[in-house]
Amino acid sequence: MKQKLVIIGNGMAPGRMLEELFEQAPGLYDVVIFNAEPRVNYDRIMLSPVLSGEKLYEDIVIHGDDWYARHGVTLHKGAKVTGIDRAAKTVTSANGVTESYDKLVIATGSLPFIIPVPGHALPGVLAYRDLDDVEKMLDATRRGGRAIVIGAGLLGLEAAYGLKRQGMDVTVIHIMPTIMERQLDPPAAYLLEKALNDRGIEIITKANTKRIVGEDKVEGIELEDGRVIEGTIVVMAVGIRPAAQLAKEAGVVTNRGIVVDDGMMTSDGSIYALGECAEHRGVCYGLVAPLYESAKTLADRLIGGASEYRGSVVNTKLKVTGINLFSAGDFAEGEDREEIVLRDATAGVYKRLVLKDNRIVGAVLYGETADGAWFFDMIKRGTDISEMRDTLIFGQAYQGGSPLDPTAAVAALPDDAEICGCNGVCKSKIVGTITAKGLTSLDDVRAHTKASASCGSCTGLVEQLMVLTLGDSYNPSAVQPMCTCTELGHDDVRRLIVAKGLKTIPAVMQELEWKTSCGCAKCRPALNYYLVCDWPDEYADDYQSRFINERVHANIQKDGTYSVVPRMWGGVTNAGELRAIADVVDKFEIPMVKVTGGQRIDLLGIHKEDLPAVWADLGKAGFVSGQAYAKGLRTVKTCVGTDWCRFGTQDSTGLGIRLEKFMWGSWTPAKLKLAVSGCPRNCAEATCKDIGVICVDSGYEIHFAGAAGLDIKGTEVLGLVATEDDALEHIVALAQMYREQGRYLERIYKWAKRVGLDEIRRQIMGDAEKRKGYFDRFVFSQTFAQVDPWSERVSGKDKHEFKPMAVVGMAEAAE
Amino acid sequence: METKTIREGDAAGFESGFGMNWVDIGTIHDIPLRGARCVRTPQGRIAVFRTADDQVFAMEDRCPHKAGPLSQGIVHGTSVTCPLHNMVISLETGKALGADEGEVRTIPIRNRDGLLSIAVDTLSLLVAAE
Ligand code: SRM
Ligand SMILES: Cc1cc2nc3c(=O)[nH]c(=O)nc-3n(C[C@H](O)[C@H](O)[C@H](O)COP(=O)(O)OP(=O)(O)OC[C@H]3O[C@@H](n4cnc5c(N)ncnc54)[C@H](O)[C@@H]3O)c2cc1C
Ligand code: SF4
Ligand code: FES
Repeated sequence: MKQKLVIIGNGMAPGRMLEELFEQAPGLYDVVIFNAEPRVNYDRIMLSPVLSGEKLYEDIVIHGDDWYARHGVTLHKGAKVTGIDRAAKTVTSANGVTESYDKLVIATGSLPFIIPVPGHALPGVLAYRDLDDVEKMLDATRRGGRAIVIGAGLLGLEAAYGLKRQGMDVTVIHIMPTIMERQLDPPAAYLLEKALNDRGIEIITKANTKRIVGEDKVEGIELEDGRVIEGTIVVMAVGIRPAAQLAKEAGVVTNRGIVVDDGMMTSDGSIYALGECAEHRGVCYGLVAPLYESAKTLADRLIGGASEYRGSVVNTKLKVTGINLFSAGDFAEGEDREEIVLRDATAGVYKRLVLKDNRIVGAVLYGETADGAWFFDMIKRGTDISEMRDTLIFGQAYQGGSPLDPTAAVAALPDDAEICGCNGVCKSKIVGTITAKGLTSLDDVRAHTKASASCGSCTGLVEQLMVLTLGDSYNPSAVQPMCTCTELGHDDVRRLIVAKGLKTIPAVMQELEWKTSCGCAKCRPALNYYLVCDWPDEYADDYQSRFINERVHANIQKDGTYSVVPRMWGGVTNAGELRAIADVVDKFEIPMVKVTGGQRIDLLGIHKEDLPAVWADLGKAGFVSGQAYAKGLRTVKTCVGTDWCRFGTQDSTGLGIRLEKFMWGSWTPAKLKLAVSGCPRNCAEATCKDIGVICVDSGYEIHFAGAAGLDIKGTEVLGLVATEDDALEHIVALAQMYREQGRYLERIYKWAKRVGLDEIRRQIMGDAEKRKGYFDRFVFSQTFAQVDPWSERVSGKDKHEFKPMAVVGMAEAAE
Repeated sequence: METKTIREGDAAGFESGFGMNWVDIGTIHDIPLRGARCVRTPQGRIAVFRTADDQVFAMEDRCPHKAGPLSQGIVHGTSVTCPLHNMVISLETGKALGADEGEVRTIPIRNRDGLLSIAVDTLSLLVAAE
């Protein structure tokens, strides 16, 4: 008598297995299939095109009813198996069918994971797994409104795209900072997010769903941060779980999935597991390619063969029309790994290959994926690529060629992009003048267009435009690159950030063709500053790109403790403040209290965990952070001035405090220190500060560009102004000019030397309109910057910074 | 989609004995991307790092130069730059990169579906408890 093969689940994996089996040994088994879904085997992968309307269900059927008839297969549709009796070797379904087996294959697939937030059981909360889900979604699209998709993985994004195509508004909520983070590195994720936004899909990252809102059907969701998004359906696409419960209840060994050996056999010799429900060598797969490979092995085993499945490398493609995306293998970085990155900002292409021992171990391709299969093949084969390493990234068809063009970024700028900010000169003006007048030198270009004739920070770009127009006959002066991640210098990067409207670090790295995937400790803090400065209202500060002091708002000390310096406006304090400091010192047993060179008090040796509590106590006494750690406004030293001093000519203390209150919280390229002295005796040492004021009878003499650290240099005079208001406006405008032009870590005296003292005087003292512009931009930026970082952290921001992740060991646990 | 192979570290062998024990320390989401957190143990602080592409590493929180707390540094690629004097340390090997010399002791770490555990020496835990 024929052996009987029973299969639980009628998905893609057993479908493929049966094709192999019938081809090699037709008629070997009597086959019986139970399927919980009331239908035949269809191509689950193609549900997304069905959802988007690009295909019909009939188009995606793999095995029609005639196929089952032809092979003598009994298919129980809509029959969910509820029990396996291993002793009796039978399975039974919910609708009362019992079948005995000689061999059993469990192929139950996966269950979509539903986050158990309040409201998750409301009508309108859908999963995305089978045709029924698609039909429910299509039903919702007929009613219109907004669909909310939770999870920006492969499934979530395909669902979002389909729903959008069907005319709904779509918002995708994702918990991680970048989308599809399992398959894509951040640069590729950035490009994808941009492309989806262009298709009208709104994506909110770093968002955690708190609850689903609605009385008796979905009305929207509420996020942890309190935001409410209205919507008529919620599609949860946050992950899948192997459907291993049935096997587990039958006493078959399971872990995350049903554990199988290299012959796909479970702990029971008559039972096999196949597809997403199986766990092979610790891995549960969620894509069909590996399942098909193991299906082949299982078919061979059922025939009596001995083939072995050894696991697979997987690759991913996103099925969203018009978006080309490919990722495969393991693209994590590592010391024994090298990466080759190719970025073409104009064409929106990003390619990254990760190599180990001269072999490709991972690949991410965006925009141009034609070579995906070729790379994937080499990953699987472990092909040695040393011979073609230099040209590898250009792909299979590559036939020799030139190195990357450094002028590409400038070439891609629109004609009206502003190149010279000081004189308002745009790209077409420069290119046009070079051609029309036959200019060949930088000086000529400066003379005829005024570009690069003022502060000079656009020189690099102007020179690139000359190369672009004149070809190799023009030899530009060498630019010092920011770091080894880019060829561009600081000034070029800054100007391009503005010209191209780049607003995130990944955007800068992509559009300016960074050579590494995540930058280094040199460029990341610099980019973060430039973005904070240029887009104060839009840029979300990236704390992980800040040096530790600016990340935790205290100064790290040699032993890993921190020092805390509260602001003492203008160096003035009182008994209440001093008492509060004394109390904090006692309470936290702070080992050292010191008067600083900046006229305030430093509390040294505080443990990181204590910082928020110390700040809380200081905050109650009215103290805010002194930003003694910041590339930003530090101190404003003052002397006693007209209030007390017999020589004082103006209220130097008052002006100092006014300046500090106006300017605190601002980020600058390097630290910025001010001082105001009441007379030329200069007791506040104003003439060696970044910006200083010497009060005189006729008004206020503004000084700048002094140094008293690594270099010693007296200040230069900016000019004399009559009133305190004038002094404030000029000083603030000067600070803003420095903020906009200074290179990261460049103190004001170095910037001034580069740009020229006369140019600065011309813009700040001589050009009222320019000055007003600088002043207004500073004021605007302050509306976002003047938030005391200490009180923010006392109220819970960045909590993780100040607590150990875990405490291990009995000694500590006993506390 | 569950496509990413789970990284087991190189320490799977400790599971069964050798005086080592896997101790849960939290989830990968407790650590900021391109960031680090500390774990306190009787033998000292351990720094646990998470890279931009979700790899995790653990090592003693002591720079080989002058004992700077590496957990406070900037994480880039699979390296961290020490906050005190900018030595760059490989998270994978614990070795100083570039011209510098020195090595930090790395700690086996395991990532199972986001749940992190480190291997600690059970014997010394017992000693510490006494
Ligand atoms: C606390 C203080 C010394 C003191 O006990 O008086 C101090 C302490 C440090 N200074 Fe300073 N400087 C202090 C006043 C000064 C002064 C004097 C002043 O501000 O009038 C100068 C000369 C003026 C200047 O800024 O150039 C000064 C020039 C420097 C320099 C050299 C900067 C330069 O570009 O030349 C550095 C190194 C650096 O920034 O790279 C530095 C760096 C440091 C650092 C931050 C070193 C570091 O990176 O860890 C020290 C931090 C200690 C801490 O945790 O608080 N400190 N430092 C003073 C704090 C002032 C305040 O209230 O905020
Ligand atoms: C929308 C979508 C898009 C996808 N896109 C891709 C892609 O682009 N590329 C890719 O490689 N993969 C993709 N996948 C994943 C791919 O579809 C799956 O990996 C594959 O279908 C798994 O096959 P399987 O046979 O293991 O399980 P399934 O195809 O899930 O089949 C399992 C079947 O078993 C039935 N069943 C479960 N329990 C029982 C029970 N107790 N009794 C009876 N029957 C039961 C279920 O109803 C189901 O019909 C996608 C998946 C979805 C949902
Ligand atoms: S001079 Fe400044 S940087 Fe040098 S030891 Fe003193 S506080 Fe530190
Ligand atoms: S202590 Fe780390 S570099 Fe000095």
